[in-house]
Amino acid sequence: MSGHGNDSRGNGEAGLIKLENVSKIYSTGTFGGKAITAIRDVSFEVQPGEVMSVIGESGSGKSTIGKMILRLSPITQGVIRFGGTDISTLKRKALKEYRREVQGVFQDPFSSYNPIFKADRVFSMIKSEFFPGTSGPEWRNKISLALEAVTLDPTQVLNKYPHQLSGGQLQRLLIARALLLDIQFLVADEIISMLDASTRIDVLNLLADLKGRGLGIMFITHDLSLGNYISEKTVILRRGLIVEMGATGKVFGNPTHPYTKMLLASVPQLHRKWEEIADELKVSETVLLDREAAAKKAYETVSEILAPDADDSVLVETEPDHLVRFSPEKAREIEPAALAGKTA
Amino acid sequence: MSLQIENLKVYYRTLAGDVQALDGVTFGIADGEIMGLAGESGCGKSTLGNSLISLTGRMRYVGGTVTLDSTELPIWDFGDMNRHRFKDLSIIPQYAMSALNPTRKIGRMTGELLESRGMKHKEFIPELKRRFELVGLSEDVLGMYPIELSGGMKQRVVMVVSTLLDPSLLIADEITSALDVSTQKAVAEMLVEFRERGFVKSMIVITHDISILYQVADTILVMYAGKLAEKASAETIINSPRHPYTRLLISSLPEVGVTYSGKRLTGIAGTPPALLNPPEGCRFRDRCPFAYEKCLEEPPFVEVDPGHFTACWKEI
Amino acid sequence: MTKSKKSAGDSAAPATESTMQKGAPMAPLDTAASERKPAKAVLNRGNMGAVREMLYFAFRNRKLVIGLGVVVFFLLFALIGPSLAAHQGTDYGGPLAHRPTLQGGYYFGTTYTGQDVFAQFVGGLRLAFIVGVIGGGIAAIIGMVVGFTAGYKAGLTDELLNMLTNVVLCIPVFALLLVIAAFMDIKGVVPEALLIGFVNWPWAARALRSQTFSLTSREFVSLARLSGEKSWKIIFKEIAPNMSSYLFMMFILLFGGAILTAATLDFIGLGPAGTVSLGQMMNYANSASALINGYWWWFIPPGLAITLIVGGAYFMNVGLDEVFNPRLREM
Repeated sequence: MSGHGNDSRGNGEAGLIKLENVSKIYSTGTFGGKAITAIRDVSFEVQPGEVMSVIGESGSGKSTIGKMILRLSPITQGVIRFGGTDISTLKRKALKEYRREVQGVFQDPFSSYNPIFKADRVFSMIKSEFFPGTSGPEWRNKISLALEAVTLDPTQVLNKYPHQLSGGQLQRLLIARALLLDIQFLVADEIISMLDASTRIDVLNLLADLKGRGLGIMFITHDLSLGNYISEKTVILRRGLIVEMGATGKVFGNPTHPYTKMLLASVPQLHRKWEEIADELKVSETVLLDREAAAKKAYETVSEILAPDADDSVLVETEPDHLVRFSPEKAREIEPAALAGKTA
Repeated sequence: MSLQIENLKVYYRTLAGDVQALDGVTFGIADGEIMGLAGESGCGKSTLGNSLISLTGRMRYVGGTVTLDSTELPIWDFGDMNRHRFKDLSIIPQYAMSALNPTRKIGRMTGELLESRGMKHKEFIPELKRRFELVGLSEDVLGMYPIELSGGMKQRVVMVVSTLLDPSLLIADEITSALDVSTQKAVAEMLVEFRERGFVKSMIVITHDISILYQVADTILVMYAGKLAEKASAETIINSPRHPYTRLLISSLPEVGVTYSGKRLTGIAGTPPALLNPPEGCRFRDRCPFAYEKCLEEPPFVEVDPGHFTACWKEI
Repeated sequence: MTKSKKSAGDSAAPATESTMQKGAPMAPLDTAASERKPAKAVLNRGNMGAVREMLYFAFRNRKLVIGLGVVVFFLLFALIGPSLAAHQGTDYGGPLAHRPTLQGGYYFGTTYTGQDVFAQFVGGLRLAFIVGVIGGGIAAIIGMVVGFTAGYKAGLTDELLNMLTNVVLCIPVFALLLVIAAFMDIKGVVPEALLIGFVNWPWAARALRSQTFSLTSREFVSLARLSGEKSWKIIFKEIAPNMSSYLFMMFILLFGGAILTAATLDFIGLGPAGTVSLGQMMNYANSASALINGYWWWFIPPGLAITLIVGGAYFMNVGLDEVFNPRLREM
């Protein structure tokens, strides 16, 4: 995990996604008067065969990153590289090739399918664009293999309308579609939050199996336990800024930023009560719910009491593979040398 | 207070026939008990919660009794239930916070609600303000429109308004689903606090998120396909469940500390049965690893340990 | 505490792993079972079933049946009528201002100048339908192009198209038509229909734009873009079919509106020369003081026809809304 400037480790073959100081600014108002910053100065890298969790609450901008990587939303500042190439430079044919390598699956399985067509139309849609020369039997074979990889029975899912299938099947069908294209990188945006508990784990396990085959995955979620389950690396986003990132074990095992601690303290766990966890994390009074003080002004949540990170705050490597955002003063205490060479 | 439900059946009318969404449930809630009602989509938990207070739309009362504090509730009679609603039992419906009238300030909305119940708004304002403060809302909120409030704040407004008359029973339908993790915690803890302060005596907390129930509920009732699967204390359900469905469900939940490489979890294969023509016997048998011939006969929901009920032939 | 959980978990694990291995086929699906849907079953047997379900409700819906019946009745009348007429609408020679009679085939009587009202009526009906279809059709097409583009592209394109729509919307349509009709010589009903079409589209564009907005935000549109589909293809293959009922209803309203506008134009004397439409009939009847003189057979048929056709179309639309929108249906 590199946060030190531009480290171009990718070559043309590696399915490597790299974000370099990426920002997303929306202009709203009549003819774009006002500016809203959704993402600020985000940099990270995902390797092949690696799952990166991007964890954030609503308004953190996590979905925006996914959309930018998928080229569904333009990048305002910074560069996103795939295998070393700046993706914003891709046009027409090159863009199509990019789509062959990078695909996405979204949150609501029932919204992802056009309700008036059969579910497997998602396959035929890509056939005409990406596999025009493939013969019928060859195509059917490809579909069979893809369905097998996602543990779906072709006889149960082909030729059916979306409302005849379950959410879990629909999501898996979308993953199969991505596999048909033989992608290298998948953006999974909250793909299991709308599924029932008993099927969530199946889809999660599927993603974990796929990463074993070399797929790189960006797993966007608000649920820390899911992120913890399958990812190697984790990024914690708050209001468009990365507040903590690194190896999952380190971020969850040794949470340093107050926001991360607060998130961990708020997750309802199955075997430990909230009080136990809060004690363990030594979450200080500034972070815990302070009703008296807060009641004076109509506050929203604990995360509002938590002061936002200042504009000049920086990410500092507290241990190998673990970066945390600090104010410049605090950063100087921790790693004076590193501050000199940092950009974000 | 106590709630006793005896063989309650509520079906949905459709063109194709009756969907047996709630098919004969029997259980009780003691005074001061916060009972979590858990289950996956289509299990009937929302139907159960809503039928106790208002049978509307295509819901049809088919049979059974509901007794609250020794009074039988006439749930089949929408008009008759009016004297109980809000006073004896109250509900925070699903999506309540999105259903606030955007053109009404909070204070006016509350006033209209109270007037419709035959109460004087002015008498309740001091108490309203006091409760708002308790949950961390300033009294300025009364003069704001819903759009000015965030999700958590709206949820808190709804919670206070629903419990203003100190009902014996509060039904909370998926009140934490659409919220961020930190807000969820605040709202869930608020539920417990309402009980501590005596605003509400007992609660039914409906959710699909069992981990929240572990944090705040005393007991958990697990439903499956319109029937009850298991009821026990929250500790027992999480740590020593007995019904196969509950066991499979609990073991399929990821949590912080559990990783794929460390311990691979498994889900439950298959899907719940359609309730239009439900299968004979135990409704979980098609997916149950322990199913045997007796399962073709419907298992009764009985007490297998003190305070621990389940409906499974293997456990009885 | 944790120990007992482990034992429960462990005893479940071996059983589940052996019976539910990775890759084992899932239990057969019931068509109505779905994680996300509540226990309510939905009457679904695939899309064919959905069409059949719609037709079922369509024929049970009184408003739709009545409205459709009225419009179809007049359409048939317009098609068959001329062959039943004993005279041409422009022929003179009949008795002046005669009441309806079977003598001489003057079923609806004659005008002040001896022309056959029935013949004029059926001719006028035909013209009314032509105006409705062409005028309504043009307005629908322009409305669709503007609405879809603005809704899908959003951004600057949307702002510009929106401005255009608002400008045309604010133009006093009638005044514009009056001016144009007064200065240009409209020959024939088709140019009149075109004119009406070019002016009646803004509200349709507006409505379609907002519908398009909401559909574009659905994820299947994102997925189509990820699959490499071109924009115009997405609009016509993904978005428009999802709005088909809305488009259908919109066309019916535009149809009715066009007829009404044409009738009004004709009534004040700005209709095309050389033909006799329903509105023009009423215009002539008015000039001949038919109301005072009691020549009811001259203005009642055209007036009633316009009212019933347009009213029937609108009525049909209300019924259609109930058919297409399941929530409005009564069980």
